[in-house]
Amino acid sequence: MSEAATQETQATRAALTILTILLLVLLLLLPLVVVFTEAFKRGLGGIVEALAEPDAIAAIELTLIVAAVSVPLNTVCGVAAAWCIARFRFPGRGLLITLIELPLSVSPVISGLVWVLLFGANGWLGPALDRLGVRIIFAVPGLILATAFVTFPFVARTLIPLMEQQGAAEEEAALTLGASGWQTFRRVTLPNIRWGLLYGVLLCNARAMGEFGAVAVVSGHVLGQTMTMPLQVEALFNDYDWVGAFTIAGLLALLALLTLAVKAALEWRIGERSGALL
Amino acid sequence: MTFMPASRKVVDGGPEPALGHLTRGPAMTGWFVQRSALPGFVPTFGITLLWLSLIVLVPLSALVLRPWELGLAGVWHSVTEPRVLAALRLSFSTAALAAAVNVPFGLLIAWVMVRYRFPGRNLADSLIDMPLALPTAVAGISLTALFAPKGWIGAILAPLGIKVAYTPLGILVALIFVGLPFMVRTLEPVIMELPLEAEEAAATLGATRSQIIRRVVLPALLPALLAGFGAALARGVGEYGSVIFIAGNMPMISEIAPLLIVIRLEQLDYAGAAALGLIMLLVSFGILLLLNLLERRMSVQRA
Repeated sequence: MSEAATQETQATRAALTILTILLLVLLLLLPLVVVFTEAFKRGLGGIVEALAEPDAIAAIELTLIVAAVSVPLNTVCGVAAAWCIARFRFPGRGLLITLIELPLSVSPVISGLVWVLLFGANGWLGPALDRLGVRIIFAVPGLILATAFVTFPFVARTLIPLMEQQGAAEEEAALTLGASGWQTFRRVTLPNIRWGLLYGVLLCNARAMGEFGAVAVVSGHVLGQTMTMPLQVEALFNDYDWVGAFTIAGLLALLALLTLAVKAALEWRIGERSGALL
Repeated sequence: MTFMPASRKVVDGGPEPALGHLTRGPAMTGWFVQRSALPGFVPTFGITLLWLSLIVLVPLSALVLRPWELGLAGVWHSVTEPRVLAALRLSFSTAALAAAVNVPFGLLIAWVMVRYRFPGRNLADSLIDMPLALPTAVAGISLTALFAPKGWIGAILAPLGIKVAYTPLGILVALIFVGLPFMVRTLEPVIMELPLEAEEAAATLGATRSQIIRRVVLPALLPALLAGFGAALARGVGEYGSVIFIAGNMPMISEIAPLLIVIRLEQLDYAGAAALGLIMLLVSFGILLLLNLLERRMSVQRA
């Protein structure tokens, strides 16, 4: 058997590898590098100045608030969904999985649009809520709802394959030994899924803090009030304040890098790859 | 849909009849859900259904129902305006083109990542996920800075008469960026599972390496290529943040469909915005369904 035909020649392999690295650097690394070089255009002083802006601080605070509400809610629901989907067989189970993943295949703009259709000035419930003095669109609740929609699937879709793979044997053993359902969950399930759960929460959080399209639609762009970090990036960029825009973009890029680092560490720990980012 | 491999794995965590006496679920357990030793089906199913309905299903129902306030003729009129048709054409064609460009790119990267070992490979592997982790607005402004006439890449292309930023070409670049990981991550597991025996057999029969690639490897990868293409296309059609900064947003020329939804909302034309959103969603799902059928057909033929 000719060894040559089952592998590319040494020269081809080298050429393809170099081409791959070139492509990755040009297409994926360069945009990341630009974020930081643009942020440092006026040195560290420019960054400090940009971060001291009251609007920047308000944007960071609002981003943290939005994530702090939507992520825990989606985490609780994600764990509940993973429990009933991974541990039980019932009619409509496949449909439920599809519906949970639905937000992933919807345009971010549509993810914001649907809330405006419900609660906007011309929305189904908008005028009624307006009479009660409740504002959802162009206010913080709208940002939270849009973010919750977009980040809905992450925890569930990280946990379901993991829990299915682990099986229910340990939980059944705990129950046989007299543990209550809640004890079983806390002492057996939770320790087993903790890394996957952490990863799912991290993905959910990264998307919650970085979401742009959905929140852009519901925000109304009130400076200092309904601007999350990505929206502040847009406003500063459109104002030709590039150092300011890239400084906040740099913070978001650091969050992305942290997410990727933890993903790599967890994959190394679990010893298998997870496609949950997609 | 084919582009979410993670949860498609169904491992049977079958029920244990011997532990049937431990079932504490209310009456619902049994006729609805298969008997299981584990408790907690009703509350977890309830929480899931409630939250799913409140956060996803009810809002989406507004998207499905609201366009019809315009009446059938009104909806038709609303989605066939020249400006809308131009935006839809632009969104779908640039997304398809970007997905097509990502076919050779993704194939190259996935092949090298799976089959070769080289220094920095782990770093490269993390880098592939970058477009998924980087917020779209960040990608948008940094691509714009790169490809603007004075940017690092833009400055090289400008003397050649190539303008990327603020043209449809810029949209293409942004969509190639966001779509690449979908192609690579769909292909990698399939390349990993390719039986080496088939390549060895072809080699024994005297095939050259390029013949083997063309006749043995590529046909086996075709379903995955289609799936990756579909995933990248679906993502590209709806993409907003990474595109609007670099697009220039000229009506009829470089205005994408999602932006037109935003514009209609600003004009308080809710039904029109919903109609456009619905048509985008329907066309995307239609394309994905078609690709899915094609993919399944090819897998069956090969089996």
